[in-house]
Amino acid sequence: MNLLATSATDHRGLTMTLFGIFVLATLGITVWAGRQTKDAADFYAGGRGFSGFQNGLAISGDYMSAASFLGIAGAIALFGYDGFLYSIGFLVAWLVALLLVAEPLRNSGRYTMADVLAFRMRQRPVRTAAGISTIVVSIFYLLAQMVGAGSLVALLLGVSGDGAKRWTIVAVGALMVLYVAIGGMKGTTWVQIVKAVLLIAGTALMTFLVLAKYHFNVSSLLGAAADASGKANAFLEPGLKYGATGTSKLDFLSLGLALVLGTAGLPHILVRFYTVPTAKAARKSVLWAIGIIGGFYLMTLALGFGAAALVGPKTIKASNAAGNTAAPLLAENLGGGAGTTGGAVLLAVISAVAFATILAVVAGLTLASSASFAHDLYANVIRRGKVSERQEVYVAKWAAAGIGAVAIALSLFADKLNTAALVALAFAVAASANLPTLLYSLFWKRFNTVGAVSSVYAGLVTSVVLVLFSPVVSGGKNSLFPHSDFHWFPLENPGLVSIPVGFLAGWIGTVLSREEADPAKYAELEVRSLTGLGAH
Amino acid sequence: MESPPIDTTATETQLIEESAEFRGLRSSFRSFAFPVTIGFVLWYLLYVLLSSYAPGLMGTKVVGHINVALVLGLLQFVTTFAIAAWYARYAARRLDPPAAAIREARGAVVHAPREAAE
Repeated sequence: MNLLATSATDHRGLTMTLFGIFVLATLGITVWAGRQTKDAADFYAGGRGFSGFQNGLAISGDYMSAASFLGIAGAIALFGYDGFLYSIGFLVAWLVALLLVAEPLRNSGRYTMADVLAFRMRQRPVRTAAGISTIVVSIFYLLAQMVGAGSLVALLLGVSGDGAKRWTIVAVGALMVLYVAIGGMKGTTWVQIVKAVLLIAGTALMTFLVLAKYHFNVSSLLGAAADASGKANAFLEPGLKYGATGTSKLDFLSLGLALVLGTAGLPHILVRFYTVPTAKAARKSVLWAIGIIGGFYLMTLALGFGAAALVGPKTIKASNAAGNTAAPLLAENLGGGAGTTGGAVLLAVISAVAFATILAVVAGLTLASSASFAHDLYANVIRRGKVSERQEVYVAKWAAAGIGAVAIALSLFADKLNTAALVALAFAVAASANLPTLLYSLFWKRFNTVGAVSSVYAGLVTSVVLVLFSPVVSGGKNSLFPHSDFHWFPLENPGLVSIPVGFLAGWIGTVLSREEADPAKYAELEVRSLTGLGAH
Repeated sequence: MESPPIDTTATETQLIEESAEFRGLRSSFRSFAFPVTIGFVLWYLLYVLLSSYAPGLMGTKVVGHINVALVLGLLQFVTTFAIAAWYARYAARRLDPPAAAIREARGAVVHAPREAAE
């Protein structure tokens, strides 16, 4: 039954060794980075000293989660073309960040997303709203990664039982807190750079091996995948996953909107733009990220169809019903098959890369949320700005530990949750609560505090409530509570409703309130965001 | 805190905002970023809608096992790369020089010593 588990003993030691080397090397980097971290700008923004290329790699390392590596390859292997639809949304989304967000944010903010949202508004209400939405988005995303890490270890190491899963979640949580509390943004950035290089190298090697088997003829690879899938040409056409009913088509549209508009509202991505010295360098980092991430998603296409053709959907499904082990199984096959040394080595390498991927992403999320807690909620809301830089960083480090503890506890409780739905939810909240507020703040002169606060809360509450009453939580076979049914919202992704609600609420809140926007503050924001005059 | 002093008061920034140079920079930025964003979002949504509602068209074979759906999907990658490159070129020519000119004219060359770090 579980083919991966039977051959697991061959590669388990090797995987653990490789992964141990990664953990030791990154902890070394973290301690080194910690010694270089002296003030708040070092801790939150890595001293703003990274180059555009370095930050481009780090952004890619922050963005390409295990969900993209294992999840998309698996979805393509099982659902063919429909698995590919995810990666297109994830990539096109970067143009929103490039054209509208990266440079103005770099110029007008300092450490967090709320710096820009609160720039010309009343500080406390706007920072409270932005801080809450930052932490909610990051926790959903963290949960997805940590629950995923738990199942991954069980699958890849062939360890069964809840004990191994729980210990993995605790270990991942402890490591991410160490990276963040000791290394701050500098340490986290280097962990993400190392991971991005490893992930790209591993994916490129496998892509080369797959294509070589088909003499670099993409059409024959696709033909072999379609034949092996048992679904013939339908495997290469849209519809296997999302085309079933009118509702699933709408659900796909909703997901597509959330993906394309969510990226530029993800707090852990936004804070990466503060790690470079200028807006021009922020632009360069997004350009590099688009190249790296685009190349990566093109390669997952080869991995997914390669896994379908060479491993076959039956074997993949037997190992993991969602297809999450398609890429590792493909690695074993490419190395020579189960039981061979080559197979064991390549499987171990790819498994270790998958763990590295998870660690780098959770570190980025922990940093972004603890920074927002310390800088927005503690320093500016609770202490009203009367706090020293040293105290603020001290609070941020403890906040990292606190968020780590909360994430571990929630992951242990919610380890049956569907990780893909959690990631999609994080994107939907980011697109509904954060992006509208960010765009209005930067480009709409009349936008005011009431508008900003309404936009964040309306987007946040609508998306979370709709998910609570959707088939994700109840009333379906794969729901969190499959035996009760209190759902009335038909779609799994709330974006189609909650994104327009976020934009509308910002507009209505602004127009209905009697508060007048401060034209001098808008002038300051606009001049700063476009020219960098007065930027930190 | 190591933050560069803002050597322009609020009213001075308003003067910059109203200057012809700044208004030119703003309109160069907005006249590129806004229409292009609307364009690629619509192009992406068209692709999403075709995938859901036009399976016949998407399944049409182009060459060998390569069909319209795959070509359109890969075209999304191509347009993303092309728009990114187009913006990089446009920004270097039409946005960076006026922004630098405004910074220099106001006597504050922000981050000049760090420019090398790019």
